[in-house]
Amino acid sequence: MTGSTHAHADAPHEPVFVGKVREQLDALFPKYPTKQACLLPALWMVQEARGWISPAAMAEVADVLGLTPAYVRGVATFYTMYHLHPVGRHFIQVCGTSPCHLCGSDDVLKAILKATGCGELGATSADGRFTVVEVECLGACGFATPILIDDDFHDSVTPERVAGILARYP
Amino acid sequence: MGYPHPPHPKETVVLSKYFGDAEARTFDGWVKRGGYEALKKALGMTPDAIIEELKASGLRGRGGAGFPTGLKWSFMPKNDGKPHYLVCNADESEPGTFKDREIMRWTPHQLIEGCAIGAYAIGAETCYIYIRGEFTEPWKVMTAAVAEAYAKGALGGNVFGSGKRIDIVLHRGAGAYICGEETAMMNSIEGKRGNPRIKPPFPAQAGLFGMPTTINNVETLSSTSHILTRGAAWYKGLCLSNPKSTGTKLFSVCGHVMRPGNYELTMGFPMKDLIHDLAGGMRPGRRLKAVIPGGSSVPIMTAAEAEAALCDYEGIVEKGSMLGSAGFIVMDDSTDMVYEIWRLAKFYAHESCAQCTQCREGTAWTTKILERILRGQGKKEDLDLLLDLSDQMTGRTICVLSDSCAAPIVSGIKKFPEEFEAYLSRAKAPALAAV
Repeated sequence: MTGSTHAHADAPHEPVFVGKVREQLDALFPKYPTKQACLLPALWMVQEARGWISPAAMAEVADVLGLTPAYVRGVATFYTMYHLHPVGRHFIQVCGTSPCHLCGSDDVLKAILKATGCGELGATSADGRFTVVEVECLGACGFATPILIDDDFHDSVTPERVAGILARYP
Repeated sequence: MGYPHPPHPKETVVLSKYFGDAEARTFDGWVKRGGYEALKKALGMTPDAIIEELKASGLRGRGGAGFPTGLKWSFMPKNDGKPHYLVCNADESEPGTFKDREIMRWTPHQLIEGCAIGAYAIGAETCYIYIRGEFTEPWKVMTAAVAEAYAKGALGGNVFGSGKRIDIVLHRGAGAYICGEETAMMNSIEGKRGNPRIKPPFPAQAGLFGMPTTINNVETLSSTSHILTRGAAWYKGLCLSNPKSTGTKLFSVCGHVMRPGNYELTMGFPMKDLIHDLAGGMRPGRRLKAVIPGGSSVPIMTAAEAEAALCDYEGIVEKGSMLGSAGFIVMDDSTDMVYEIWRLAKFYAHESCAQCTQCREGTAWTTKILERILRGQGKKEDLDLLLDLSDQMTGRTICVLSDSCAAPIVSGIKKFPEEFEAYLSRAKAPALAAV
């Protein structure tokens, strides 16, 4: 990770579970027999609101669900989609597992690293615009190479299409 | 590529009939196409009668294990006074497999109807559909469809006026292949790390939240409405080879073929026709080299084995592999088998939950040894070491992730020894830079 977002990381924690987000979480409780079952959804809500999940946010989730911060951290670190560090404005996931590799995903990844200026995997571009990671199977092997930019799915990506796709993400 | 295509004359379209038809995504569109008739019919039947119908149809689990669905449902206790749960496995993460994604994207009500039928048959009021976190589009489509199903009375406290309660809750995963394993999925829903559980107890005894639970794949549940509407005899009759494999199945074909995509075939269809005809065959000038048919977790088949195999549970076992989730990874003669096997091992090493030593260490070390071979630094004894490690990774862990990593390694060394030898003897230039 780059150092450009450290100020953000050190900012005092503003509670996430207030107002609408709190209502959203409260609406989930009756759907499960335990509050703990709302842990994955609650972590998603934090990430949606803040872009990443800070230690202070994990402590807040623990408090809201009656868990310990250590437990929440243990779960959050298990799942690869939760950002435990700040990431760029747009988060790009490129599939690199065998079926996509066979269809040239390496070249797509190289083109994306170059076009975004990220240079290496996991790094955020100097302008804070992009973070790029290679991920395991996105479940769209017949549409090689699939990439996810934030919540948008792009299929059949080739190195030639990269510039046009990235232009849609200022 | 891979988009819905007009059905090939050799396909038998049941599940995929409305792929690409946007109107079928809506409740009214689905009803217009005969949807929800099966659920209404089911609500007028006893749960036992539904289970008997499924048993008679021969439907087997489409997620990979191929366990008879009716039998699985019959394991649920009766009149035990406990809440029962149905979990729909929509965590489709098996490399090569992309069929459940299309069912959810195009026919969400087909899945909702199947879930409701399943929940009623096993005495559950709640069905959790666990959708992998990366499936953002299927998630949106399913969210809209579930809301519509509630609004139209197909879900909720009084399903179609029957007095029965059936709720569906969508639960989003967050990036972990292992959560497709049924007990890991239950832990994940409970708000835990996705570590598989030791069995027994089996889910039907003590599953989600400790209660009797049945877990079925998206395609399995989606098949149930068609069986109830058209009858078990019709479904059982969809069979080209072994009577133990019935019905239609979505086969995902990807890799080095001209027309990757999902093809719905009657069980027992020749693999040769699937690859060379329906999926368009190899690129010009290329020849088939290998196929991994079950998603990546099964032994690799040589071209000769693949071209002689019939696509059903028994037919693929006969030719040295397994049907699994029927995600066919097709490789032509430009493929470096050692490199692709390393790439798969890397996948399993990344996805190991690290609970069992054999898996945590085994997947990591086999990846490192394969990497060493690809760097031109392999040792003569490395193949024996890989086989020994694979042996220790098979049948010794809580779940089968480690077995799945070993399968392509062992079969790869056995079926393509010359490719490993070429690296070991330094006859072939390293594929990876030395470190």
